[in-house]
Parts: sequence; structure tokens; C-alpha cells
Amino acid sequence: MGLVLLVVIWLITLFSTYFFVAKTWWLPAGASAAAAGIDHHFTVTFFLMGFVFVAAQLALGYLVWKYREGGSSEKASYSHGNTTLEVVWTVLTTILFVGLNLASSSIWAAERFRAAEANAVHVEVTGMQFAWYFRYPGPDGKFGLTKPELEDASAGGEAALGLDTHDPASKDDVVSGIMVVPVNREIEVILRAHDVIHSFFVPSMRFKQDAVPGLAIHMHFTPIQTGDYEIACAELCGLGHYKMHGMLKVVSQEEFDKWMAAREAEKQ
Amino acid sequence: MATHESAAHASHAHAAPQGFIRKWVFSLDHKVIGLQYYFLALLAVFVGMFLSLLMRIHLIWPAATLPFLGEIKPETYLTLVTMHGTIMVFFVLTTAPQGGFGNYFLPIQIGAPDMAFPVLNMLSFWTTFLGFVVLVAAFFVTGGAPLHGWTGYTPLSALQSAGPGEGLGADLWITSIAIFCIGALMGALNFITTTLDMRAKGMTMMRMPLTVWAWFVTAILGLLAFGVLLSAGILLLMDRNLGTSFFVPLGTINGQLTGHEGGSPLLWQHLFWFFGHPEVYIAILPAMGMCSQLLSVFSRKPIFGYKAMVYAIMAIGFLGFMVWGHHMFMSGMSPYTAFAFSIMTMGIGVPSAIKTFNWLGTLMRGRIRFTSPMLFAIGFVSLFVTGGISGPFLAQPVLDIYLHETYFVIAHFHLIMGVASIFGIFAATYYWFPKMFGRMMNEPLAKAHFWLTFVGAYAIFMPMHYYGMSAGLRRYSQSTEVAYILKLLPLQRFITIAAFITIASQFIFVVNLFWSMFKGAKASDNPWEATTLEWITATPPPHDNFGGRTPVVNNGPYEYSVPDAPRDFVMQTDPEIKPKH
Repeated sequence: MGLVLLVVIWLITLFSTYFFVAKTWWLPAGASAAAAGIDHHFTVTFFLMGFVFVAAQLALGYLVWKYREGGSSEKASYSHGNTTLEVVWTVLTTILFVGLNLASSSIWAAERFRAAEANAVHVEVTGMQFAWYFRYPGPDGKFGLTKPELEDASAGGEAALGLDTHDPASKDDVVSGIMVVPVNREIEVILRAHDVIHSFFVPSMRFKQDAVPGLAIHMHFTPIQTGDYEIACAELCGLGHYKMHGMLKVVSQEEFDKWMAAREAEKQ
Repeated sequence: MATHESAAHASHAHAAPQGFIRKWVFSLDHKVIGLQYYFLALLAVFVGMFLSLLMRIHLIWPAATLPFLGEIKPETYLTLVTMHGTIMVFFVLTTAPQGGFGNYFLPIQIGAPDMAFPVLNMLSFWTTFLGFVVLVAAFFVTGGAPLHGWTGYTPLSALQSAGPGEGLGADLWITSIAIFCIGALMGALNFITTTLDMRAKGMTMMRMPLTVWAWFVTAILGLLAFGVLLSAGILLLMDRNLGTSFFVPLGTINGQLTGHEGGSPLLWQHLFWFFGHPEVYIAILPAMGMCSQLLSVFSRKPIFGYKAMVYAIMAIGFLGFMVWGHHMFMSGMSPYTAFAFSIMTMGIGVPSAIKTFNWLGTLMRGRIRFTSPMLFAIGFVSLFVTGGISGPFLAQPVLDIYLHETYFVIAHFHLIMGVASIFGIFAATYYWFPKMFGRMMNEPLAKAHFWLTFVGAYAIFMPMHYYGMSAGLRRYSQSTEVAYILKLLPLQRFITIAAFITIASQFIFVVNLFWSMFKGAKASDNPWEATTLEWITATPPPHDNFGGRTPVVNNGPYEYSVPDAPRDFVMQTDPEIKPKH
């Protein structure tokens, strides 16, 4: 029985580890400035925890086989433990866990402790059951007023956001169903939600943030690869949660300017 | 002290009831109440497992028409998610290890004739039972059960118009949880008082079995956590029905103003997770105690580092209340607090690692007997490690940005809080069944059950890590709408097949349980040659546990292979030995 346990535990460990190491399923390629740092820390954590996993499982399998009744040991040893060992592994695991944490805190601080740069592109991202809307402030750099009582979800676009057309700042606001941003510019997203909590998740950007009714949450990221990236809702928001899907188009600055100009022209 | 204790014993020794109702239904006997909790959890686990089976079927065949149930719609899938989680967390993982085994064995293991408050004990069970009935009723009302997930994030859970099931079904859901909290609070008070006041002569705190320590600390966690959830539940009911706005800000549903303003959705999350994280330890601590107990018994060795184990349980309990914010890194909470919550969470890995080292240390130089309870205890260690090491990924906000709400989280908490705890419950069942029912369970069936469940649990939950690392999101009823998630469908297929086999093999357990109750081989009073007090009394134990005698304790709980002792185990009531290191 000891041998069977050893074989099963070791095989489970081998199979599990294989698919991690072979990266059969893995994170999509990172496309934001922060992705490299995050992925690097993921890899560091992965190797350390992977080592703990393999070592613990191998030890468990070995010990149950080695110390089985009827095996090599005649009699169990009468020992209540070893205080020195307890201190050693307490200190070691504290260093491992707290150290790992401190190593990543600078990335977190860079992402979340500072405001976006002054020249960042501002995009207001609004979640509602079950769609994302993206609003740009236009040439005046100011978002127009929105009022909950003006919201008309079925009309879509500006009406869905409840844009107050009497506010001068709203005249040049552009509302889009897809998110278009220029590459290599910092994007400041202002996250809002009308009804329930949604979560704005772009796996390739390593970016996720809840959009909470009643809050306007400011976050930033910098795309460094052009391309189309999927946006998925990552917080349960109701029956259509699974199809609350959006697209992020990262384009060159020229294409972005052209796209924006065309949207402004449509508004006139 | 001795006179005080014997007086306490005398006042709690009540006469054995004769009628069926007083003996088996409204019983004051902690053993009967323990069994009532256990069978409630057994019923609940099969309901919860059936719901998960429907979820697994829907995930890979979204258009399938099922006999009697028809097609599972996306909203139905979410009600399955919600009810599966709620039933499993409250009525299985909280109910069986603490309410079931804790009730039955805590008084016996400390040498008490019953719980400190037998009437309160009866009330706490029937309150819990009422909670279960109310919860299941949510399936049968207009609109059906709620779809907001077991965490019930507001405003989704606070607004009738937020989706199907958010009407009466959601009211029943939150009412059920509030009722459960009341039952759990009564139980917690009882456990704490009993442990502190009802110990037999010589049963010092540091001679208590680690199972008792685990139940004791779990009860303290319950007392502090369920009160908060109860308050939150009442506030949510008020938001839903009385027009208050604790959790709901100004907003609209489908363009219609909700009529609320000024509330905070994050307040609900803080209150919920202030309960929710300690709840994880409420589920796992008794299993840890169980595992420690069994590794020592079946390695025929004292537990490695008893004191370290006790301190680790306390540290886990203490730190467990300071880490709730790690569920909220992406919630819009201040990013500075994330830093503090993260450090605390990583810190909780330290006592967890200490326990693992001590379990391995206990096996080392032992003489391991591979009984079915021992197999489940060894399986527990393996699963605890596997479920544990994904914790430090999620505990670091910078990695949680990516992993939050993916299947990586599902894999993590199912392995450590779900499967590992369930392994604790299985181990406890196989271990204590002879004492509870006077018969042995069938060993070959038990072993078959172990192998299928152990391999099956890995086959189900290991692929969920891969799915989550590929950004596969939880609570998605279908993979069809997001291109990158659709590509992961083969993993879901594999998981569903593994779930089918693993769920089917649980029937081996049920058959064994009920068959052995009536047809199993007669058990002796101490079939495992273990040392703690439940093994000195008759099988099954008499109404007052020790037949009128009060045990006197002279030894620690894990004196195995003591040199020069006549047997390889020394009972806690045997003449005192001088423990050597």
C-alpha cells in the first residue's frame, strides 16, 4: 500500500508539473508596459511554489513508503518533535513568503500608487448589463455631464450613458462600442458602472479593475503592441455575464487620430 | 477546581430520554445532535454535488435537454453556481466537521458528559435545519433561486430587477444565511464554554487532542465571524424590502432608476469577507485537527511538535481575521490597503507551512498502518499542499490583477477549502464510525473510495489551474462568446468527465456507510488502538458518555511507542508516564 501511494502521489506530481512546465496552457503574450514585470514575477513565484509543491509531494510519497508497517523500521521512534527544526522552518518560510511579497510590491506601487501621466489618453469605460461603452472627452479634454435619469439603455450610444446634451462639454464627447487607443501612450481609464458591479479585464494587457456603481475609478495602462485584444467582464453581473464582451483596438497614433476625427465628424 | 468541575458535571448529567421524539428528534444528547448535523450535511453534500454535476454538463453541452429538467439556461446555470456554493460552504463544510464531529466527540474527548448547554445545542441544530429548508425553498418559488453567486455582491443581490431569481428567491437565500448564522452562533458559544469549563480532571489545555483545539479555535472564529455576516444579512434584507440603501448607490437597471442612493457596494464586500475569510478556516481547521490526530495514531508516533501545532492553529485563527481584503484587490478599495492585506496573507502561509512540516515529521520514523482513515489523512496532506501553494499567487495583488475571478481561484479554494476539508470529513467518518455505530466499515470499499476520490479530485481541479492561467473566467455559463475562452473548451470537457467518475464513486461511500451501519463487523471499544478518551468508553458510548464514571487524565493525547510501555500506546487515563523527548 505504501508503494502504491508513493507511485500515485509521484505520478500526480509528474503529470501536474508537466503541463505547467510545457506551458501547454499559459498566459497570453503580454502587450502592455507592465506585462513584462508582472510576468517575470509570476515566473519567480511559479518556480518557488513549484519547488515547494514538488518537494513536499515527493517527500510525502517517500515517507509513507519508507516508514510503512512491515517495512525497514522495526519500531516507531518516540519523539515529540524538535524545537530547533520548528524555529528553522518558521524563519525560512517567513523569509520566503514575505520576501516574495516585498519583491512584487514595487510593481504594484508603479501600477496603482501614482496617477496617470499628464499626457495620457482619457477613456471613460462604463459597464452596464451587458455591454461596455467607451467615451472620449473630445478636443476640449472635458467629459460632458451624464445624468442617471437620462439613461436609455435600449437606445445605445450617448443615450445609454445618459449624456446631457445641454452641457457644452458634452458636444464633442465621442461614445464608442469598441475601445480604440494609440500604442505606446499611457491610457487613463475612468471606470464606471450603472447598475451592478462589472469588471474590466484585458488579459493581454494584464489589466483588471472592477467598475462599481457610485464610484469613478481611475486606472492606467500603456499598450505597447498594436492589435485587437479581447475585453471580458470578470465580475458576475447577471444572466448575460458570459457575453459581456468587448474589443480593445490598439493602433498607431495616426490611425487613432484619423479614427477620432471621423467620429467627431459624424457628430456634427 | 475539582469540586467546581464535578459540580458542573452533575448539573449537566440529564437522564436518558425514553420516547422516540426526545431521543432522536428533539434530543438534548450531543451525540444524537452530532449525528443529526452529520446527516444534514450528508443530504446537503449530495444536493450540492448534484448541482455541480448539472453545471458541468451545461458547461460542455450548453444546449443539452435533460430529462425532467429541460434545457439549462444561462440564468439557471448561475442559480446552480449560487446554490452549489451556498449549500457547500454553509451546510456541508461548516456543518459536518464542526456541528457533526465536533458535537459528537468534543465532549467525549475532554471527558465531559455532554455539552455545557444541551438545550442551546438542540436549538442550534434545528435552527440550522430550518436554514437549509428555507434555502432549498428558493428553488421552488416564482423566479427560482438567486443568480448572484454565493458571495452575493451588491447591488446585484440587492435589487429585484437585477435578474431572474433576484425576487423572492434572493430573499429566501439571505434569510437562510441569517438563520444559519444564528444557529452557528449558538453552537460556537456552546463549544467555547464546554471546552473551557467541562474538561475532566487532569485534562489541561495542553493535554487536549488537536481535534479539540481545532474545534475550540473554530468556535471562536465562528463567534466573531457569523455575528458580522448576520448583521450584513439583516442590512441586505432591509435594502431589499424596506427601501434602505446601505449597499446600493444611485443607479439604474436597464435605464430605470432603482430608487436607492448613497449606499456603498464595497461595504457589503468588507462585511461579507470579514466573515468569508475566517469561514475558510472554519472549514479547514477541524480537518487539520483530524489529520494531525490520525497521522499520529496510524504512524504509532507522538505528533511532531504538539505545541507548535497548537500555536499554529491559534496563529491561523488570529491572522484569518486580518486578511479579508485580499478578496478585494480589484474592487476599487485603496491600493495602499492591498499592500497590508497582502503581507498578512503571505504571513498566514507560515503557520500553514509549519503544520505541513510537522505532519511530515510525524510520518518520519513511524510505523505506518494504511487504514482507510489514514489514507484520507495522507490524501489531506497532499491536497492541502497542492491547494496551499496556489495561495501565494493570489495573495500578491500584482499577480491577482490577472488571476482574480479566473478558474485559478476556483482550483485554489476547491482544493484547500473544499476537497481537503472533505477528506478530513471522510477520514473522520472512517475513523469514528466504529465508535458511533459499534460496527466497522468495509475496508476494501473504503480503499476503493479513497483511490477514486483522490485521483479524481486531482483530475478535476488540477486542469482548472491551467484554465485560469489562460484567463478562463469563472461564473461563465458558456465559453462561446469570448474567442480565447472558447479555445479552452477541451479542458472543460476533461474536467466534466473526471467529475462524472468522481461523483459516481461517492456512491461507494454511501453504500458502505449504510450497509456497515447494519451489517458491518462488530467493533471493539478501541479498534484503532488509540489513546484519547473516546476509546476508553463503551461502543457506542452510553448516554452520559462514561457510564457514570468521570475519567481522570494523566497523559498527553499522543503517547505512542513509548519505550518500556507494555503496549505501543498509552491511554490518556493510564498512570502518568514521564514524557521524554
